[in-house]
Amino acid sequence: MIRLTDVQKEYENGTHALRGVTMEVNDGEFVFLVGPSGSGKSTIIKLLTGEVLPSGGRLMINGFNLNNISDRQIPLLRRSIGVIFQDFRLIEKKTVYENLSFAMRAVGSSPREAKKRIPYVLKLVGLDGKANQFPNQLSGGEQQRVAIARALVNNPYTIIADEPTGNLDPARSLEIMMLLERINQLGTTVLVVTHEKDLVNKFQKRVITLERGIVVSDGIGYNMR
Amino acid sequence: MRRHDFGYFFHEGVVNLFSHGFMSFAAVGITVACLLVMGTFSLVAYNVNEQLRQLESENEILAFVDDTLTEAQGRSLQSAVEAVPNVRSVRFITREEACETFEKKYEGKYALGDLDPEILRDRFAIKVIDLGRMEETREAVKKVTGIADARADENLAEGFITLRNVAGVVCIALIAILLVVSVFIISNTIKLTTFDRRDEIAIMKMVGATNGFIRWPFVYEGFIIGFLSAGIAFGLQWLLYATVARSISVSDVLNLFSVVDFATIWKPVALVFVGVGMLVGVGGSLTAIRKFLQV
Repeated sequence: MIRLTDVQKEYENGTHALRGVTMEVNDGEFVFLVGPSGSGKSTIIKLLTGEVLPSGGRLMINGFNLNNISDRQIPLLRRSIGVIFQDFRLIEKKTVYENLSFAMRAVGSSPREAKKRIPYVLKLVGLDGKANQFPNQLSGGEQQRVAIARALVNNPYTIIADEPTGNLDPARSLEIMMLLERINQLGTTVLVVTHEKDLVNKFQKRVITLERGIVVSDGIGYNMR
Repeated sequence: MRRHDFGYFFHEGVVNLFSHGFMSFAAVGITVACLLVMGTFSLVAYNVNEQLRQLESENEILAFVDDTLTEAQGRSLQSAVEAVPNVRSVRFITREEACETFEKKYEGKYALGDLDPEILRDRFAIKVIDLGRMEETREAVKKVTGIADARADENLAEGFITLRNVAGVVCIALIAILLVVSVFIISNTIKLTTFDRRDEIAIMKMVGATNGFIRWPFVYEGFIIGFLSAGIAFGLQWLLYATVARSISVSDVLNLFSVVDFATIWKPVALVFVGVGMLVGVGGSLTAIRKFLQV
């Protein structure tokens, strides 16, 4: 569960990125977080992954209180979240399998566990048979699927996707979004940050709209003014 | 650390070393160069020190036996002289032997004619343990019954001590500076290799890796770089040393210097190379990665 109560964030350079955001995402929900550039979407992701700390308000995710989280707890918090980025952020010198096993080893899984889990996850994202390929041998859509597989491989409670279709054509974007919907149907909470109105409106899901650091709407469909 | 983690970290360290081949080559190259410069300088310093030590050991006290004593009575004083503190060795020289040496030394310079040994005295040539206590030892020898006088060139002894002290301080200072410069250069080279991999580190952090997990492969990589560099530098150092030593031994001018045989010092040299190599390799890696862990 994600819960933000009157969360504010002011950066050291004086930028007020969030001016009192209150929102809640329940376990198992699929939510779009939308808004124009500078509305505070990226700051929310940074706050949720423990990259930055809030300046005010209360912030909880997956049972972690981010107002007073210790440095030792941050890796544990990140293990409970799978993050997907617009630019995929795959390790080019590792194969698909190695990119995934690397993420599993990082959280203490054994090679045997990786061997068992990775084929299942690759099949789930539609990449079975691509385990030994390198990222640059794959298309953009496939690379994003690898990133999704990596986010899923440690079985997180929540998936946070930051503009996951920003680098993809409309057909691949739709496939990725459908994949995320399918993952959500398997029980994982999904929060998708995007500004693609058409894509969002293809899914009848809850949409939270941010503008200038505050929530301006929360409901079904993209209604940004 | 679990057993499979150890294997994984080592494997990652080796894979990283080869997958960032050029940077690894640069790090090994610079470490070898630094070790070689430091090693050469240290070996030169060691040889100079040995040379001085040898010259020092040739500096001795001459204790003259009272000329009322017979040669046999004079010889019997040896044990009493040997018992004086700081005395390392004592050699009895008869007046005939002293005369012979004197004649050989000044042959052709003075019209000595037939020098009568009777004008000289039997004597002891005494070598000391600590050159700094030369005067005190000379005084103690002088007090031995049957010894008429004792002489030593204390100024020369002091000169040796000062020279050795200055050389020691200069060597330690230069080696320390070279070590600091080496660590700095190597750490910066490894920092460049780490910078090349900042995205990889960011991904590791993002998936929830602890700092320890991220650090270990870099530690192994630094360890391998250090060990490899130490091995290469040691081989080159041996080759260089042997070549220079051979050139000195066949030179008409330089063969006055006796170069220490590398076979007698290779063990400590190897130990220092491996120690310093691994210290700078691992230390450099840890210093370099610290900045990227703060995400």
